[in-house]
Amino acid sequence: MSLFTPSGAGASRVAGEIDSVFIFITLVGLFFFLLTQGFLIYFAIKYRRRKREEEEETPYITGHTLLEWVWIVIPTILVMVMFAYGFKVYRDIRMPPPGATEINVTGKQWFFEFKYPDGRSAINEVRIPVGKPVKFILTSRDVIHSFYLPDFRIKQDLLPGAYTYLWLQPEKTGTFDIFCAEYCGVGHSIMRAKLVVMGQQEYDAWAGGAVAAAPGAVPTVARGKKLVEDSGCLACHSLDGTAKVGPTLKGIYGRKVGLTDGKTVIADDNYLRESLLEPNTRVVKGFQPVMPTFKQTLKEEDIAAIIAYLKTVK
Amino acid sequence: MSANSDEHTLSAHSYLAEKGFKSWATTLDHKRIGIMYLYTTLLFFFVGGVIALLMRLELLTPGPSMMSDHTYNVLFTMHGNMMIFLFVIPAIPSALGNFFIPLLVGARDVAFPRLNLASYWIFVAGVLVVLGSLLSPMDTGWTFYTPYSAKIATAVTAISFGLFLVGMSSILTGLNFIVTIHKLRTPGMTWYRMPLFIWAMYATSIMQVIATPVVGVTFLLLVAERVLDIGFFDPAKGGDPLLFQHFFWFYSHPAVYIMIIPAMGIISEIIPPFARKPIFGYKAIAYSSLAIAFISFIVWGHHMFVSGMSDVAGAIFSFLTFLVAVPTGVKVFNWIATLYKGSIILDAPMLYALTFIFLFIIGGLTGPFLAALATDVQLHDTYFVVAHFHYTIMGGTVMGYFAGLHYWFPKMTGRMYSEKIAKAAWLFIFLGFNITFLAMFVLGAEGMPRRWAEYPVRFQPLNIVATIGSWLLAAGVVIMFVNLVRSAMRGEMAPGNPWRALTLEWQTPSPPPTENFEEIPEVTDWPYGYGKKAGTGPSPK
Ligand code: HEC
Ligand SMILES: [Cu+2]
Ligand SMILES: [Cu+2]
Repeated sequence: MSLFTPSGAGASRVAGEIDSVFIFITLVGLFFFLLTQGFLIYFAIKYRRRKREEEEETPYITGHTLLEWVWIVIPTILVMVMFAYGFKVYRDIRMPPPGATEINVTGKQWFFEFKYPDGRSAINEVRIPVGKPVKFILTSRDVIHSFYLPDFRIKQDLLPGAYTYLWLQPEKTGTFDIFCAEYCGVGHSIMRAKLVVMGQQEYDAWAGGAVAAAPGAVPTVARGKKLVEDSGCLACHSLDGTAKVGPTLKGIYGRKVGLTDGKTVIADDNYLRESLLEPNTRVVKGFQPVMPTFKQTLKEEDIAAIIAYLKTVK
Repeated sequence: MSANSDEHTLSAHSYLAEKGFKSWATTLDHKRIGIMYLYTTLLFFFVGGVIALLMRLELLTPGPSMMSDHTYNVLFTMHGNMMIFLFVIPAIPSALGNFFIPLLVGARDVAFPRLNLASYWIFVAGVLVVLGSLLSPMDTGWTFYTPYSAKIATAVTAISFGLFLVGMSSILTGLNFIVTIHKLRTPGMTWYRMPLFIWAMYATSIMQVIATPVVGVTFLLLVAERVLDIGFFDPAKGGDPLLFQHFFWFYSHPAVYIMIIPAMGIISEIIPPFARKPIFGYKAIAYSSLAIAFISFIVWGHHMFVSGMSDVAGAIFSFLTFLVAVPTGVKVFNWIATLYKGSIILDAPMLYALTFIFLFIIGGLTGPFLAALATDVQLHDTYFVVAHFHYTIMGGTVMGYFAGLHYWFPKMTGRMYSEKIAKAAWLFIFLGFNITFLAMFVLGAEGMPRRWAEYPVRFQPLNIVATIGSWLLAAGVVIMFVNLVRSAMRGEMAPGNPWRALTLEWQTPSPPPTENFEEIPEVTDWPYGYGKKAGTGPSPK
């Protein structure tokens, strides 16, 4: 049995990297474990008094400056190395490759709901093809949950009212656990889902069949496009790069946006969400704070659909 | 007065001489207040412990067996709240600290005896409110994360208010200790002649005074959100759920050092007399307490690496967190070096002190897994974390507390405990503890999240191991306390200084008279002058 999950080695390249960090810290720890416990036990036995009365004379040693420095400097160097290694791998954990398929995940007490880019949705089961990067865009409908994939060694909390994300690129097919790792109420421990990683052909067959089987489903991006057209956005925003009352929406996703308060932000999921719900908290430089809020009119799914669509307006 | 008039009656000067409820309830004597804290906090150690055993019993099987999932969730919440807020945080400072700080600095009492009594009763009031909240028990865990805690219809408001009072008591006690240590040291006791327990309590008190108000205010904000419907933390009302986590951990990370540093102070007191060696690296140990206290204020974000906090903040917090390892390591190295060429006697206090070091090393070395960003993403909120903090807090603080209880038992009660039984208890505790919590490290690495009432079958074998360990551990604790209680009533009379230790509390009778010292002692040297100075007396060739 492996020390880790039943699948043994991790199910992605990043999982392998995380395991390497784990092993590195284990080795450093083991060294210090043997060193300190070794001396502790050795001294406790070697200098033990056999009979209470037979007290040996002991030397008056009060310290040793060089030793003090040695055990300050060496651990400092080692922990810096551990930090750097952990940080390096963390960057891989956090940086999805461009072009990753995006799947929206909504946590609710006590299940996970998945929305595929083509509009299909599923509860507590998500299917993806092997070898392709997938970015899960996470949010919660009620309280905080956490999306935890032990075989991939990663997790990320789901927050109500904000987006977080997590990405992975499975390297083997199979069925993997998804657990909720943040306490969320009475059903917390049964809030579990499955990630099914399929071969590409199998996946295509399944996805084609599934779309056909769900005729009413409108693909998310298409829905977003329709919402933008129907909600009056285009009265103030163009899609072709020209500025109107508001800045153009062409290439908005990922753009560096200058604000009236002098700061700049990158237009990511959370920024776009905020632009729709609280348009006047951060106002784009050179424009008036006249955009209305869509808090009352757009539902949670609508917002996700609009954002998905805006990502395609290049 | 007792009718029994044999030589076993305690001296009339003893602080224990006066009897009756009122004489205790209104006492201004720091020793009596310390004893009252001791009993009150121990009560919650037992209740919290029984709850832990029930949880372990439930976890023997993957599905619900004895209790509903909701009951289990209530139990882990009670276990955490009682153990942390009502036992571990106050146990050493308020009980042993109250009793021994004035004795160790050679004073007759703390600086503000009335305030001291007030803190005790505020603590009791807080405890009663917390107990009252059990009428509608909550299930948020001891961390109270919003928006869950802001939404549920249980007594979160009451318990928050109770803990607010407990925190207030903690602030007042800290303040009292800081002034006592500054102002009431006996003539000749310079800062570098202070016992290390005093240094540790000084660092702890500073943290209590600075950090506790933040959690107090956080609880008030939570109450305001629930009662007045003001959206601080709930995004549906325009609040930010992460703000709560920032506030909460700004207190609760320093709180783990509020828990561990006093225990480290006890270890530094016990090792020298039992090894008959001066403490190694006095200044390094003293300043490392202050260094830990300082760094502990800027690392709280390590609880939030996967919370949705920015990645840059995560990197900074990870870096800072690793720095704590350095002063912590310094202490461990110095304690071990103190043993070198000693003449070690493995009586219960020393046995528990060495066990503290042994277990704390394991707790400490598993910290880097959680400080490193990459591995924390995997291990956060799993049983690995549960195991890690039980190794530091139970293996560390509670073992240090047990060491202190045995070490100071003769001073507090005037009697000796049975050494043989104490050692038997130790064996059970040592084995039980390691079996229980080593199993949890593996469970966590294999992916079992914490706070799980039910689990997939593949986690069952290790859960059974942990539950069996918990029985051994409980047996050890019971044996230990039966021994202490029995000995307090009919143990052999203790001499003033059974361990031939040099700190001041041992230079007065056991139990100490109400005024602590007949004459205020004067200090001319540090309290760790064991062993033979080179060039004095016949050389040891
Ligand atoms: C009444 C005109 C108006 C309407 C209608 C309107 N907006 Fe805006 N929008 C603006 C203005 C003006 C700004 C720039 C000032 C600011 O940031 O609030 C803006 C800013 C934005 C931004 C941020 C752009 C940037 O460069 O950072 C986004 C995204 C956006 N709007 C999307 C939408 C969408 C989607 C809709 C339809 C659902 C919409 N807007 C409807 C006027 C409007
Ligand atoms: Cu959950
Ligand atoms: Cu912490």
